[in-house]
Amino acid sequence: MITHGHSDHARAGHGAVMATPETLRIMALRYGEDFARSVQPVEYGEIVKLKGGVQASFHPAGHVLGSAQILLEWKGFRAVISGDYKRERDPTCAPFTVIPCDLFITEATFGLPVFRHPPARDEIAKLVDSAELFPERAHLVGAYSLGKAQRLMALLREAGWQRPIYMHGAMVRISEFYKAEGVPLGDIRPVVLDERKKLGGEIVICPPSALQELWSRKFPDPVSAMASGWMRVRARARQNGAELPLVISDHADWDDLGRTILDTGAQEIWVTHGAEEALVHWCETQGLKAKPLHLLGYGDEEAEELAKPPEPSEAAPI
Amino acid sequence: MNRFAALLDRLAYEPRRNAKIRLMADYFRETEDPERGYALAAITGALTFRHAKPNVIRTLIEERTDPYLFDLSRDFVGDTAETIALMWPAERGSNYVPALGEIILGLQETSKLDLPGQIARWLDALDETGRWALLKLITGALRIGASARLAKTAVASLGENIQPDDVELVWHGLEPPYETLFAWVEGRGPRPETENPAPFRPPMLATAIEDTANWREALDPADFTAEWKWDGIRVQAASGRDPEGTLSARLYSRTGEDVSGAFPDLLGAIDFEGAIDGELLILKEGRVQSFNVLQQRLNRKAITPKLMADYPAHIRAYDLLVEGEEDLRGLPFAERRIRLENFIRRLGNPRIDLSPQVKFADWNELTAARADPATGGAGVDADAVEGLMLKRKDAPYVPGRPKGLWFKWKRDPFNVDAVLMYAQRGSGKRSSFYSDYTFGVWRSGDEGEELVPVGKAYFGFTDEELAELDRFVRKNTINRFGPVREVTHEPDTGLVLEVAFEGLNRSTRHRSGVAMRFPRISRIRWDKPPKEADRIEHLEALLREAG
Repeated sequence: MITHGHSDHARAGHGAVMATPETLRIMALRYGEDFARSVQPVEYGEIVKLKGGVQASFHPAGHVLGSAQILLEWKGFRAVISGDYKRERDPTCAPFTVIPCDLFITEATFGLPVFRHPPARDEIAKLVDSAELFPERAHLVGAYSLGKAQRLMALLREAGWQRPIYMHGAMVRISEFYKAEGVPLGDIRPVVLDERKKLGGEIVICPPSALQELWSRKFPDPVSAMASGWMRVRARARQNGAELPLVISDHADWDDLGRTILDTGAQEIWVTHGAEEALVHWCETQGLKAKPLHLLGYGDEEAEELAKPPEPSEAAPI
Repeated sequence: MNRFAALLDRLAYEPRRNAKIRLMADYFRETEDPERGYALAAITGALTFRHAKPNVIRTLIEERTDPYLFDLSRDFVGDTAETIALMWPAERGSNYVPALGEIILGLQETSKLDLPGQIARWLDALDETGRWALLKLITGALRIGASARLAKTAVASLGENIQPDDVELVWHGLEPPYETLFAWVEGRGPRPETENPAPFRPPMLATAIEDTANWREALDPADFTAEWKWDGIRVQAASGRDPEGTLSARLYSRTGEDVSGAFPDLLGAIDFEGAIDGELLILKEGRVQSFNVLQQRLNRKAITPKLMADYPAHIRAYDLLVEGEEDLRGLPFAERRIRLENFIRRLGNPRIDLSPQVKFADWNELTAARADPATGGAGVDADAVEGLMLKRKDAPYVPGRPKGLWFKWKRDPFNVDAVLMYAQRGSGKRSSFYSDYTFGVWRSGDEGEELVPVGKAYFGFTDEELAELDRFVRKNTINRFGPVREVTHEPDTGLVLEVAFEGLNRSTRHRSGVAMRFPRISRIRWDKPPKEADRIEHLEALLREAG
């Protein structure tokens, strides 16, 4: 059972995969049609009966297109696995729904009280203001390819940005997929390598690692922007070379993690995928039973993308 | 306040000088008086607050947060003020945002007793960036990479035909929120009458003689005088009478910063009417001390009588800009020099002496003096000589760095052949280039020969060489640590860099025990295998020579 299509949650090579239809299509796009021996699409809210009397259902997590929380019910006991989620509005995916439960297994990517994401539209306004103040400079925005990039495009459209939005070659397929799924992104275009010099004043979205690659050099006096929840912390932003950090995240911030835990009414909380200690401590101050769940997992796709150069196969052409 | 906070935030991340100027100019244009004036005061460091100190803020946050969560957060963020700004439990629904001017007046006027409550109310009303800016303001460390000079340049850019130096000239008579200054640059008011009886006059600077092609042929020795370039801090000692007739003295750094407070011993010596351009040096028993000694005085915050006795400050005069009320800057240097000599003689103050001239008939004689300042006239002070200054006899005193009038001719720097060990990406235009290089020299370690890092350099090469170095780094990476790459550095594979530097200090902070002053890449030794690079003993010998 796969919550969403990011590579730290979804990989190829499984025997049987159950996920939302969008997630299955994303996996096919990223790993090829034969990414698993068999697949079973499950719509949001549809109930699937499993062996042993367990019922499973998928519910929107608000993280990226197709992302889901998974509810497992057995003899009246309800457990919810959140996957990655956020509460903030996102024009590119279905909004998070609160699923009351007894056991809530929550992510904690931004599980420290320093992470409070500002409204995304304010961050987008910073980008648009900068593009207007420096009309001769290209504005390169590092954002991970699945979800964040398309959310930026949609938010820019909502902010009234009408010019074409340019994108790095590595995100063309996934962005076209979003459009085909009915997400309005407007006029989006791949960067033509020979025309990089002409993109002064334009907004170009690329994987974070591309900002440090030779690929970025040919743009006119580029402004390196980066869209991530990690940009909240200056040392992190500087370490990644961001000149215009945009605090835009597809994960719940500290306040929303706490709010969501209380909303579910769960009396037991398992915390995984991030800063477990702080959130477990907070749960205990709320009188909830909580424990860290140190999964042997794949890590955070976004953090990986920030810290490491891209895989050779995704490396930017020069 | 939010607009100002957003400006500080942008400036803190923007590496390009011109972009910083535009960001500030944009802010000054869009923001009204007096708000923008207070912002200008904050950026130029013209503000001090008596009661607002970091410990006030620490107490506030301790009352409001869980100590365990605070410690975890502080460890992750790495900066206390930033952690507090991010963790502060904001009052939801608080929609009153204080203006910067209101905050600054509040910080100056609120009593010590009421201040914590006032700061808490502001923090409640501001967002994360606003709180960060407020805390930076209170702790007095903006660290946004925008100097006072840059801010004044931005102000000048608001007007037509107003230069940064014009702003500098009126600056010291002005007080926040600088309404008359903005009115003047925007063409809405007269030039502010500077009421400062001892204003700063923008200094005249020299160009490097090596930048003039064939200078030995192009320049006629008869047109020039020469004097030593002393390794201290360039200062301006100015004094004048206010309308009541009282003499008021100031000491300025070359950027116009008022440093009088740090040199009370010297301020007493400025008891004349006029303005002297000179070098601030530490003199003990008549001998000029090295820059290292001066540094020890500069590093101290508290100016105690003992410090002043141990490190007595002097001015070695280069030029006379004003005598009495007469502005001499339009006169030729030769005339100013005679006026200066007479002025210093009349002054008769042991704390202010004359920078001696170096006699020469042709460039060869001058070359010899430069090669050996001790016998060339500098005597026991030769160690404090950084090089020579050549000044055209007929040159007026022109602020800025005019071409062809003053030249600096530095002594040959020290050199070392070192091996490239690590490279880090630069910032701004260089953000996609590995442009900061850490290099090392050989020493005997427990497991045989090893390289020990001795310094870091990020200039001295051309754009073409940068591209070659960047390519080398990318092709020879053996390890990655965030923005840093470790580059292969074996006896037979690797890259040797010839590094030039001005001097060497002992250092406990560096593993090698030495720290270089002003290191830069002078040549890339593509031809040299790393095993032929220098050893640490070479640097240690230089250290001993320098005493």
